[in-house]
Amino acid sequence: MSGYPFAVALCVVTVGFIVYLLRTRRIREKYAAIWFLVLAAVVVLGAFPGVLFGLARAVGVETPTNLLFASSFVVLLLVCIQLSMEISRLEEETRTIAEEVALLGRRIEVDEQFLRGDIRRGSTDEPTASDNERAT
Amino acid sequence: MTTPVHLDHQPVNPLIVLPAWNEQEALPSVLQEIRTLMPGIAVLVVNDGSTDATSHVARRLGVPVLDLPVNLGVGGAMRAGFKYALRTGHDAVIQLDADGQHDPRNVETLLQAMASANVDVVIGARFAGVGAYESRGPRRWAMRGLSFVLSRLVGTRLTDTTSGFKLSGPRAVRLFATNYPAEYLGDTVESLVIAHRAGLSIRQVGVEMRPRSGGQPSHSPIRSAIFLLRAGLALGIALTRPATPLAPEVTR
Repeated sequence: MSGYPFAVALCVVTVGFIVYLLRTRRIREKYAAIWFLVLAAVVVLGAFPGVLFGLARAVGVETPTNLLFASSFVVLLLVCIQLSMEISRLEEETRTIAEEVALLGRRIEVDEQFLRGDIRRGSTDEPTASDNERAT
Repeated sequence: MTTPVHLDHQPVNPLIVLPAWNEQEALPSVLQEIRTLMPGIAVLVVNDGSTDATSHVARRLGVPVLDLPVNLGVGGAMRAGFKYALRTGHDAVIQLDADGQHDPRNVETLLQAMASANVDVVIGARFAGVGAYESRGPRRWAMRGLSFVLSRLVGTRLTDTTSGFKLSGPRAVRLFATNYPAEYLGDTVESLVIAHRAGLSIRQVGVEMRPRSGGQPSHSPIRSAIFLLRAGLALGIALTRPATPLAPEVTR
């Protein structure tokens, strides 16, 4: 017959996999949502191929398959760019946290030396009042 | 410890920051040298996620250490250093490489240049034609191109824009503590663009570079070509980024 049922089955399996990932907290809802939308579109096209043919005629693409591939490509590209943005943001956050951890470590070290009596107040670099303000 | 009152360009309490990544071999002698030459000056080693005894050798010499839990690169290590400086009341930061390439004797040169020229950032520029830094081909073009563009932008002659040997004055410390790129060439080229955009003045002063204590910078043609491309990209992006003004000083 045709490959459409196969495509729909593949989508169902993928949806099941994403739901499994969600349940085990290995993927955040906001990212899962993107993939659900993509899969929903594929299911619609798999169940009603006519939609694709109609769309292709409407935008003036000769071969409906090419429209499908081209749009898939664009969607995946956008998803990848979005993920790159998220990674960049995470890297910046990690950087800030690493800095704070290092600075806190140093403060603890100075405090311990002071408590042990190894150093006296003012004999080494101590945090000033600005330490309590959060730098971005 | 109270933060000293200072003029806008005159640092009174400078801090030498050494970003160090796996430098257990070279670091002790550099630290000893600083101590011998400038016994009174404050020093900080930023251990950039080293896997060797970098942190340990610095501590053994009684030098304050910031231990970054992950490797952030020179730009990342330096921003941590700037934050430390700001929070401990230092009004200037001298970046000095932990591998012994920068001669601690030149720290005084940088400080004097800042005092006399009254600028926010002083770059220790390698003299043209110093043996170890004679580069050819694409790498050289990249250096030349960067110097040319940045000189025009900043309005002063810069010949060595990729030098990490820098003195940042009070205003530069405040700027760099919140805005110092961790990307490739970010700590050198882009930081100069950021400083200029924030209205800071920049000068260079000639210094001698020493050969690094260990390891050799790679100079294959392919690597040089990649360097050229990355330098061009870094500069292009830096020039198109919106300016970040210097935040007003926090009154304590």
